[in-house]
Amino acid sequence: MMEVLSMGGYGSFVWSAYGLTIIVLAVCIIGGRMGHTKTINDVRRRIRTMEVKS
Amino acid sequence: MWKFFHKLASPPHFYQFAGKVVPWFAFTAIACIGYGGYAGLFVAPADYQQGDAFRIIYVHVPAAYLSMMGYSIMAISAGIGLIWRIKLSHAVTAAAAPLGAWFTFLALATGSIWGKPMWGTWWEWGDPRLTSELLLLFLYIGYMALRASIDDIAKADKASAVLALVGAVNVPIIHYSVEWWSSLHQGPTLVREGGPGMVSDMLYPLLAMILGFTFLFGALLLGRVRTEVLFRERRAKWVREMLLDDGGTT
Repeated sequence: MMEVLSMGGYGSFVWSAYGLTIIVLAVCIIGGRMGHTKTINDVRRRIRTMEVKS
Repeated sequence: MWKFFHKLASPPHFYQFAGKVVPWFAFTAIACIGYGGYAGLFVAPADYQQGDAFRIIYVHVPAAYLSMMGYSIMAISAGIGLIWRIKLSHAVTAAAAPLGAWFTFLALATGSIWGKPMWGTWWEWGDPRLTSELLLLFLYIGYMALRASIDDIAKADKASAVLALVGAVNVPIIHYSVEWWSSLHQGPTLVREGGPGMVSDMLYPLLAMILGFTFLFGALLLGRVRTEVLFRERRAKWVREMLLDDGGTT
C-alpha cells in the first residue's frame, strides 16, 4: 500500500496530478448539469410568466 | 448521409438526438477511463528513465490533445457558422470554449506538475510548447470574454467566430513546436515513423485514456450545446411545448 502511495518517490506529483484531474472533470460535469437545469428552470419560468400575462 | 446532417442542424432534432447520445458517450468514457486509469497507475511498468512519475502521462496527454481538439472544433464550427449561417454551429462554438479552456488548464497544470521532478522547474518560458499552450488558454479566455461583452447574440456570434478562426493558427504551432524548435518536451511518441515508442503495457492504457477523455469531452460538449440551444430557442414553439408538456425530464 505504501509502495503504491509513494510511487517510487514521486507520489506527491503523481497523486496531485490525478487529484487535480478529478477535480477539473467534476467541475466540468457538475457545472454543465447545473447550467442545464438552471436554463430549463429560467425558460420554463419565463414561459409561464408570459402565459399568465396573456 | 447529407439528409441526416441536414436534419441534425435543426435545433429541436439536435436537442433530442444529443439527449439520447450523451448517456452512451458517458458510459463509454467511464469504461475507458476506468480501465486506462487503473492500468496506467497500477499495471503499467515504471519508465526506465522517469520512474513512476511518467504515470502523469495518462492524464496529461489526453488533456493536451483535447485542448487542441476543442479549439479545432471551435474554429471549424465558427467557420461553418460564418459561411453557411447555421445557427447550431455558433452554439457549438460557444459551448466548446469553456470546456476547451478547462482542458487546456488541466494540460498546463499536469504538465507543470510533471515538469518539476523531470526538468527541475514548474515552468520554462523559453519552451515553445509551454508558451503556445498558454497562448491557447488566453485565446479561449479571450473568446469567452468577447462573447460576454456583447449583448446581442447574433453580433456576439459573428465577432467571436472571427476570433476563433484567427486563433486557429496557434493549433498547428502547438502540435509542431517540438519539431520546429528546440524544446524541453520530447518528440512525438504515439504517431511517428516506426510505430509508437512505448511497450504495449504502457501504450494500451494511454490509448484507453485518450479514447475515454474524448468520449467524456463529447458528452460534456453535447450537453453544453443542448443548454445553449435551449437558451437561444427559448422563444420557439417547440421549447414551450417540450417544457410545459413534460415534468422536468429534459
